[in-house]
Amino acid sequence: MILKTENIDKFFHDPNEFQVLKNIEFDVKKGEFLSMIGKSGSGKSTLLYILSTMDTDYSGKLFIDNQLTTGLSKDHLAEIRNEKIGFVFQFHYLLAEFSCLWNVMIPALKLGKLCEKEIEQRAYQKLEILGLKDQALKPASKLSGGQQQRVAIARALINDPLIIMGDEPTGNLDSKNTDIVFDIFQNLTQNYGQTIIAVTHDEDFAKKSDRIIEMKDGEIVKNIHSR
Amino acid sequence: MNINSTIAKTYIFSNKKLTAVAVLGVLLGMSVYIFMNSLLVGFDKSSNTSVFRNTSHIRVYKDDEISKVLVNDTNENYLIINPKVVPNNNTIINPKMILETILKQKEVTVAMPQINTNVFYNNGKSQIAGISVGIKPDEANLMYNIKSFMVEGDLDLLKSNPNGILIGSGISEKMNLAINDNLNLTSSKGISRTFKVVGIFKTNNSVTDKTKSYINLSASQQLLIQGDSYITDINVNVTDPEIAEKVAKKLTQITGYKAEGWKQANETLMATNKMRKMIITFVSLTILLVAGFGIYNILNMTVSQKINDIAILKAMGFKGKDVIRIFVTQAISIGIMGVIGGVIMATILITFLKRVYLGGDIGYFPIDYEPQKFVQGIVIGLVITFFAGYMPAKKAANVDPVDILRK
Repeated sequence: MILKTENIDKFFHDPNEFQVLKNIEFDVKKGEFLSMIGKSGSGKSTLLYILSTMDTDYSGKLFIDNQLTTGLSKDHLAEIRNEKIGFVFQFHYLLAEFSCLWNVMIPALKLGKLCEKEIEQRAYQKLEILGLKDQALKPASKLSGGQQQRVAIARALINDPLIIMGDEPTGNLDSKNTDIVFDIFQNLTQNYGQTIIAVTHDEDFAKKSDRIIEMKDGEIVKNIHSR
Repeated sequence: MNINSTIAKTYIFSNKKLTAVAVLGVLLGMSVYIFMNSLLVGFDKSSNTSVFRNTSHIRVYKDDEISKVLVNDTNENYLIINPKVVPNNNTIINPKMILETILKQKEVTVAMPQINTNVFYNNGKSQIAGISVGIKPDEANLMYNIKSFMVEGDLDLLKSNPNGILIGSGISEKMNLAINDNLNLTSSKGISRTFKVVGIFKTNNSVTDKTKSYINLSASQQLLIQGDSYITDINVNVTDPEIAEKVAKKLTQITGYKAEGWKQANETLMATNKMRKMIITFVSLTILLVAGFGIYNILNMTVSQKINDIAILKAMGFKGKDVIRIFVTQAISIGIMGVIGGVIMATILITFLKRVYLGGDIGYFPIDYEPQKFVQGIVIGLVITFFAGYMPAKKAANVDPVDILRK
């Protein structure tokens, strides 16, 4: 069990009292490729940010890697994110002043478990998986949108995280690049046993994943294992 | 290198223009601060030098006494009190013993009896009113550094010639006197004596040069028809002029005579100095502070520009203190570059101004490299840049990544 939630509720207080998440309970096993779908406002993104430990304003319990993360300090949560979670967002959020290679290396340098040489080697390895080895030394801002998103995925992978979380990872890409990103995700789950949780409103993308959680008005309405 | 400093370094060099502007701000602020404060020290030094040409650090003399009530019982209501200055001559009793006592104090470097006499200088028909100072040549030289402003003759000749006199250059010009010429002095007691000019001095202060002369202590006692135990003032120099007031207090207690420090005796000058100090300190600090605002502004801008970077860094596991470190490192780097530039700039400015001749009794521009002021400027400059960087950094650290990433 890599991730588990118990009875998660969340309220927005501004401008009116409004319950965005109601009694969310589910768990994620290792190697699962999970899509969360639902209309905008259904609470899927809100849930993802709670799962990511960045949003701490909720009630209920969240376990990551069998460890209760609810109520831990922000610094402690930052360490957990650094080590165990990789992020891919709708926009790539690469640091424009750095090369692709450095962008990939940054989370590993922050973790500080390996020396710079080893990290560089690993970063090249990850970029190779994503077919970007020859672009490694270019500045991140000089790449195309699809390439940038793939660099962002390589960055998410650098620390061998337990989970990769994606918030509309293909939301800003054309269909060709969407397919590429999806293939990469599938490849990662099937060949590397990588766990992925992705929020999307792309039906095709969701259908191809292992498991779909559909949300409506802050509740899980469907929990389908497609494989 | 730590990843935080690597990011800071990249930010600094990726926007060279902004960095250069911030560095230039600190550079100017620093150089002006150091320059103005060195100038302040220079002004104080030059004004002290000219003060100490005429004044000793401490003057010991007999103060006027007020008559005391003879009846101790003040409960009686018919008592009439009319205090007055006791008619008393103002000589110091047993000056030798008092001199010895003063010299025993470890802070005291020189102590010398001195008698100032109002005189007329007569040469033929011309007559000038002035002051003749009775001194002991060796001690007086230690105290006022007379030899440094002698233009002709020799102070030491005063020792071998009891009738020798040292005159100001103004007197020598007006009366057309040269070395070995004779000059007649008339004292306030009506005594007239002829002296031989053994030296001419020039302080560049025209009033002093036109009125002052130095003679032997014994000669001035004779001008006042007094014996050799007639001493009105004892002048004392101490190791550091700044401790003069403290030592003066001690001397009052030990000797029983009034001891007055030079600051007390020159209150107007002290007030001017204080005012100058306040203005320069205020202006130079303000300039440094403005440089600080420059850094603050530029870092604030950087934080706003890089808000996405900050959000993603925090998502990836950078803590609040890492973000603070990134931006404070940036501020301190700018600060250090500015400080180094400022020190160089200040050194150049001082080197240049040192060579500017002003004339008068100041001479060259009274400025010098003051290591203390350099250190002070560097420390204050770095402290200001630290805080100017810390505030935007704190703001960046408080960025909530969810707010930014969920757009």
